[in-house]
Amino acid sequence: MIHPSDIPTLPRGVRTHFDTVRKTDVLLGPERVLMLDQIGSAVLSRVDGAQSVSVISADLAAVYDAPQDVIEPDVIAYLQDLADKRLLDVRHG
Amino acid sequence: MANPPLAMLAELTHRCPLSCPYCSNPTELLAKDTELSTDQWRDIFQQAADLGVLQLHLSGGEPASRTDIIELVVAAREAGLYTNLITSGIGLTPKRLEALDKAGLDHVQLSLQGVTAAMADRIGGYKGGFDRKMHVADHIARIGFPLTLNAVMHRANLDDLPATIDMALRLGARRIEIACVQFQGWALTNRSALQPSRAQVDAAKRVVKDAIERLKGDLVIDFVPPDYYSDFPKACMNGWGSTGLNVTPDGTVLPCHAAATIPHLTFEKATDRPLAEIWNDGPAFNAYRGTDWLPDLCQSCERRDIDFGGCRCQAMAVLGDASATDPVCRKSAGRAVLDNLLAQEETPTIDVPDYVYRKL
Ligand code: SF4
Ligand code: SF4
Repeated sequence: MIHPSDIPTLPRGVRTHFDTVRKTDVLLGPERVLMLDQIGSAVLSRVDGAQSVSVISADLAAVYDAPQDVIEPDVIAYLQDLADKRLLDVRHG
Repeated sequence: MANPPLAMLAELTHRCPLSCPYCSNPTELLAKDTELSTDQWRDIFQQAADLGVLQLHLSGGEPASRTDIIELVVAAREAGLYTNLITSGIGLTPKRLEALDKAGLDHVQLSLQGVTAAMADRIGGYKGGFDRKMHVADHIARIGFPLTLNAVMHRANLDDLPATIDMALRLGARRIEIACVQFQGWALTNRSALQPSRAQVDAAKRVVKDAIERLKGDLVIDFVPPDYYSDFPKACMNGWGSTGLNVTPDGTVLPCHAAATIPHLTFEKATDRPLAEIWNDGPAFNAYRGTDWLPDLCQSCERRDIDFGGCRCQAMAVLGDASATDPVCRKSAGRAVLDNLLAQEETPTIDVPDYVYRKL
């Protein structure tokens, strides 16, 4: 399970890309194409291998003007799903 | 206009040092002198990206049999495509792998013919192939390419499934594709020799279910069951002309790799007509796109938008009618034909015929 102090990172072979035809951010991985919604893009644009889940959540809470304890479980669930699909690596911070 | 495609399979060449009896290449293989040039492929990659393709699968035959494979990967990345190399590993020296790394190759999909040299070399028809493949796998791991192991399973090796999954872990693969042979191309010629038994298939399903649970987060497992044992067909290609396209070594653009087995379809070449026009207006793409063409049985079925009536090439191969409901479907009259085939091929008492290895 991902904890707030963990540091997520996109492994080699997984990257975000702006799809100029469909005008949307996508996440590309082995045999996987995920169209990203606004939230997905907002989370993944902050996944840089340096910021922890709680730092990312705090930042999103400030930008979207919502309480961090509401945002954080959603961020964790989103990242956990990617990690289960091996589209995300997590370093325990 | 049709929705843009997400993926393109580029069959760079039909040449291959191996000669697997289940190869999905057509039984009429294209010779080297019909192959597109580097520049022609570069142009097709760019057209594909402009059309909306995000992922490019460089395949064959053996793509490493092309001397320009590095340049082609550079071209694909320059076009902005996520680039995957589907290879047997034969022909990939450490030096070439390092060059592919520099070129920006995103992912490697390594085929596996068996988990022992005896099995793998017998299936691939290439002595020493397994040892070379293991050597290539070491270098893939050293360089750090993300790796999918692509294990094609059939009667002779389906019982080795647990060892196959262990091998994926040992080689550091992030993903394994366990693909039971689909009966197209050479596999159709060898169907009786390749057909697994129901007991094998049931055991394999249990192994897969357990492994998915046990290895969650470590290894992604994608399982393609043998559809002769399924009740409903697969949504072949996610729906004809909806998601992907295939370009053969001479530039012919196909809705799926086996589409050329449907004799009444007209195919066009990417060297003769812009790719976008072929995708949007090409007669072969429009022939079975969407659901309007479906037979009444499928029109009135709740699975219509799930499987789109299944695979056209399978309907062609088994029933001789590409617009029929896929004979895998339990609701279809064609299922009796398939059951009859299975009853003959599955009996352990009959002599299993020798493989017909693929050849030019
Ligand atoms: S299936 Fe075997 S013979 Fe066919 S391209 Fe792949 S490695 Fe070569
Ligand atoms: S009847 Fe047609 S749509 Fe329904 S399950 Fe069978 S193949 Fe699919």
